[in-house]
Amino acid sequence: MAKIDDYISITGQSTVDELRLLAEKLQGKVVQTINSTAVGGGVAEILNQMVPLLKELGVDTHWDLIKGGMEFFDVTKKIHNALHGRAENITQRDFDIFMETSQRNIEEVKIYGDIVFIHDPQPIGLIKKKSGNKWIWRCHVDVSSPDKKVWQFLHDFISQYDAAVFSAPSFSPVLPIRQFLISPSIDPLSDKNKELPVETIKEVQDKYGIVQDKPIITQISRFDRLKDPIGVIEAYRLVKKYIDCQLVLAGGTASDDPEGIEVFEEVKEQAKDDPDIHILMMPHNNIEVNALQRISTVILQKSLKEGFGLTVAEALWKSKPVVAANVGGIPLQVKHKYSGLLCHSVEGAAFAIKQLLNNPGYARKLGESGREHIKNNYLLTRHLRDYMLLFLSLYHGEDIVYL
Amino acid sequence: MNMVLAKAEESFRFMTRLHLTELTGLKASTLKKMAAILKKVPGSCIYHHTHRFLQQHQHISPEPPNDFAYWVANILGEEELGERLASIDVVQFTTIRHLREKIIQTIENYLATHPLSSKRFAEAGDEFHFIKSVSFIIPTKYEVSDLVEFKDVLKKITADSIYFHIFESRLRLGKKENDFSNWFEHALRDKPLAGSIARLDPYTHTMEELREAIIRLIEKRIISNGKN
Repeated sequence: MAKIDDYISITGQSTVDELRLLAEKLQGKVVQTINSTAVGGGVAEILNQMVPLLKELGVDTHWDLIKGGMEFFDVTKKIHNALHGRAENITQRDFDIFMETSQRNIEEVKIYGDIVFIHDPQPIGLIKKKSGNKWIWRCHVDVSSPDKKVWQFLHDFISQYDAAVFSAPSFSPVLPIRQFLISPSIDPLSDKNKELPVETIKEVQDKYGIVQDKPIITQISRFDRLKDPIGVIEAYRLVKKYIDCQLVLAGGTASDDPEGIEVFEEVKEQAKDDPDIHILMMPHNNIEVNALQRISTVILQKSLKEGFGLTVAEALWKSKPVVAANVGGIPLQVKHKYSGLLCHSVEGAAFAIKQLLNNPGYARKLGESGREHIKNNYLLTRHLRDYMLLFLSLYHGEDIVYL
Repeated sequence: MNMVLAKAEESFRFMTRLHLTELTGLKASTLKKMAAILKKVPGSCIYHHTHRFLQQHQHISPEPPNDFAYWVANILGEEELGERLASIDVVQFTTIRHLREKIIQTIENYLATHPLSSKRFAEAGDEFHFIKSVSFIIPTKYEVSDLVEFKDVLKKITADSIYFHIFESRLRLGKKENDFSNWFEHALRDKPLAGSIARLDPYTHTMEELREAIIRLIEKRIISNGKN
């Protein structure tokens, strides 16, 4: 696990000095962060990185989990999909299951933070325990066009918080509370993003039978319909008509996502026996994900909806040319034709991939600009800074704050 | 007199400014709606959308220098108005109020002469979202009292700190002049250097270019002072 001073080589001494200054201003405050899973998915990954660093900086930070059974997580998955705008049949029984589990958590989870930092809808009901402390709801989901019934259900909880946080401006609804824009981040020193020895990369390539003499198109993401893995295969097939290439579709599933295995089977079925399609289930193997990104010629992220799409930032950090859907937080990371190419359809994705494969100089330039953009805006140090500013903002209502 | 070692009457404390982005939930899909919302949003909102690009793109700036211009040209397809908004000379404005009036006036004048433009609208998902900046101003540990010390610190402070003294302090805190020029002129009694920094158009530089440009001017000044 990296220490805060390890980031100096990437961001400079002054950036780390600023983090220490902010941490000093939070002395005496206890931050309690709560979500539903310790492993799998972007939220757990971010918290695994952030919590130890906040502690090291001197911010008294703790991480707690709520509990829930399979039935509860089936409902929260439906809620998640409905927030993304997908048609879901959510019944009164589903809401009842959500409320019953929430009630059990209200009884069991001890609240002790001066600042309680709740992530996503699963633990949202804990707000009933608010008593004089500050509560933040952190939404990691794309809520730009949510199902109205589900949004109204959540809205009644959200409006009791002191502040809400979203990942992209288009997710911002009208709310009676303050709302902030904080993009997530990648950790440049984590196993997923650090530099790797050539031998390690070669080992991973050989392990999965990926050959070097054909361009490699890669999408790294959970096996989730919202990541459009079937659309990825269709785009690959359109490219394959003209350029002999390989496709790598790799990812895991999260413990709070019951659909993962089902989608994985569908994708395998769709790939049939094309030896150039590599479908890899690799839960939590960050070194291998890192290596796959580094051997790729083009990285694709053809999501239909996206909370933020950190795999895009990961690819850009490795100076890789990216083709990505214009959804969620992706357009914040990819400025079209400057740090990657945006697309809206299978055909658009295929066209963009062909452009990059046929113009390696252009592809390289996009990748290099992308790395600079990520360095300035989407690294963990910026994210730590934003979270500390967020905590401080709870005690300051004005637009210009002298600390 | 060797002015290289001239000490300032009052030392200069480098500050830094860290910002948090606050969402308003307000969005516009037409030019008319944009102008209407511009009249009521807080000044921090105008400030955010005319300065965000400076902080996001510190090496190469791929976008027009304000968000309004970008949206008008790239989403609504109104390139002429986009150019007019992009070319508003922000450095000439010393208050957010006047800058706000200029932006609104530019849009309304354009609509008056291009009535069909009021019919254009952004599709769902492409609306303009109004956002504001919350600034946290913090003193750094760096305090200097001559040009050499100043230059050395300038090389290592964050872009946020330079940003604060050049942009935020002048326009948002209403000081009329950037902090660096102010200190050179009043504490170091070096009016020529103050003037040369005030004449840089900071809006056409990236933050790193700006840092280098200021360092170059100071170094030149140190050399010329040394010869005197």
